[in-house]
Amino acid sequence: MTPAVEPAAEASAYALQISGVSHRFGATLALDNVALAVPRGAFVVLLGPNGAGKSTLFALATRLYDNASGEIRILGHDVRRRPMAALQNLGVVFQSRSLDSDLTLQQNLIYHAALHGISRRQAKSLSLRALAKVGLADRAREKVRALSGGQARRVEIARALLHEPTCLLLDEATAGLDVASRESVLAMVRALVSKEAVGVLWATHLVDEVDDDDCIVLLHKGRVLFSGPGPALRELAQADTLRSAFLRLVDTSNREAAP
Amino acid sequence: MSVEVMPRRLGFAAYLTCLGGIAWRAVLRFLHQRERFLAALVRPLVWLFIFAAGFRQVLGVSIIPPYQTYVLYEVFVTPGLVGMIQLFNAMQTSLSMVYDRETGVMRTLLLSPFPRGFLLLSKLAGGVAVSLLQVYVFLLIAYFWEIELPMVGYFAVLPALLLSGLMLGSLALFMSSVIKQLENFAGVMNFIIFPMFFASSALYPLWRIREANPLLYEICRANPFTHAVELIRFAMYGEVEPTSLAIVLAFTAVFLTAAIYAYNPSKGMLARRGEPG
Repeated sequence: MTPAVEPAAEASAYALQISGVSHRFGATLALDNVALAVPRGAFVVLLGPNGAGKSTLFALATRLYDNASGEIRILGHDVRRRPMAALQNLGVVFQSRSLDSDLTLQQNLIYHAALHGISRRQAKSLSLRALAKVGLADRAREKVRALSGGQARRVEIARALLHEPTCLLLDEATAGLDVASRESVLAMVRALVSKEAVGVLWATHLVDEVDDDDCIVLLHKGRVLFSGPGPALRELAQADTLRSAFLRLVDTSNREAAP
Repeated sequence: MSVEVMPRRLGFAAYLTCLGGIAWRAVLRFLHQRERFLAALVRPLVWLFIFAAGFRQVLGVSIIPPYQTYVLYEVFVTPGLVGMIQLFNAMQTSLSMVYDRETGVMRTLLLSPFPRGFLLLSKLAGGVAVSLLQVYVFLLIAYFWEIELPMVGYFAVLPALLLSGLMLGSLALFMSSVIKQLENFAGVMNFIIFPMFFASSALYPLWRIREANPLLYEICRANPFTHAVELIRFAMYGEVEPTSLAIVLAFTAVFLTAAIYAYNPSKGMLARRGEPG
């Protein structure tokens, strides 16, 4: 007989597991039976055009509101049933800015630390360390409003990592940034995956942010069209590049959905 | 490699840290915004220095509890102005919640692993802390305007202020979940703040209102703000007004339950609207 395995222990190899998640806003089906997994220490790209349902999926994974069906687990902990355990292991960078521009960089991070129950004394040193990781330790006492878009994004990443989460979700984290800032932010997050074994779900609509060997989850109109590595996506779509494969699958899906 | 799946235990100290952090941000933001600090003080002081002085001769106040003797109108109106500070501060909290939601800062709060109800209570505590700061600065200035409370009143009023602050703050939290955009806030001023303030015992004794208009008198009696003001008024003289205390407690429970429901991730209005909170 197979011994019973604790769900949390069984799932602990995964930073994030989403299975069978559907969600409606009124009559609109925003997510339809979505499933994906992010192993610890892996970089997974959630690729989809605008309106695909990426932000809704993030809202559910972060328990801004509850999923009506399916299951979302962070390090094995069900977000809906055990939110405290799940959210402790989660760091998030949302699509829209979420720093308090009236506070300094360090004050923003100390506030975030308090929200995770980290004492002020500990938060002071952790915040400086986190800012150093993103190259902004020397600006800790400046107000957020003095930062450029790219710098603010780096602070948000530092904040998301402050409580040392195992799972990091980034929703269109490079939106509104220039090319250099985009590359810098992306490189920094990729480095985190290899150095700190953080499982990252990187949501984007920009194909040029995807490497060929990345694990890709292609989301369109709330449904997962594809899940796997880049070469498999190209093969499925019979395309030479990821870009044309992405466009082809989305286009096929649109034609199938048309009345 | 061993895999740690057990979450860090969030004990009592962690809860306190979270509460302190949320209150700290509220106070810090208030102190950073000097115009807001000034406006919060100037509003009741204008009423005290100008309005009350003008009405002193027009509006006589007979001997009514908790007053043992005839009092100047400035003395009568002081608890009402303290209530006014708390009412406006609560609505400011509501405004800042809507602002936080629009700017995305609210997401940081709601992502905390602590229970949502506790986070909202902490947010409330932050708002009440700011209102206490304003009230005591106001009372200090009023003291130099010769509105002196008995010494015990300065301490006895604290629990009353906490309660009334909680009640008004809970209402404000609920309002923040209902208001979709900052632009809609003018409606709150017209439909909530002004009716609550003017249809209460903040500016005139209820017996005066009964003489003028019995229906308005009943409306004032049903207004929870009236009872917040009366609770404060009696506490300023070291007394407890049991009816007001019960009503303020009851309304706090109702408003707080509504606010927690509205921010509940599975049932609340934010979930139904599909907004990020």
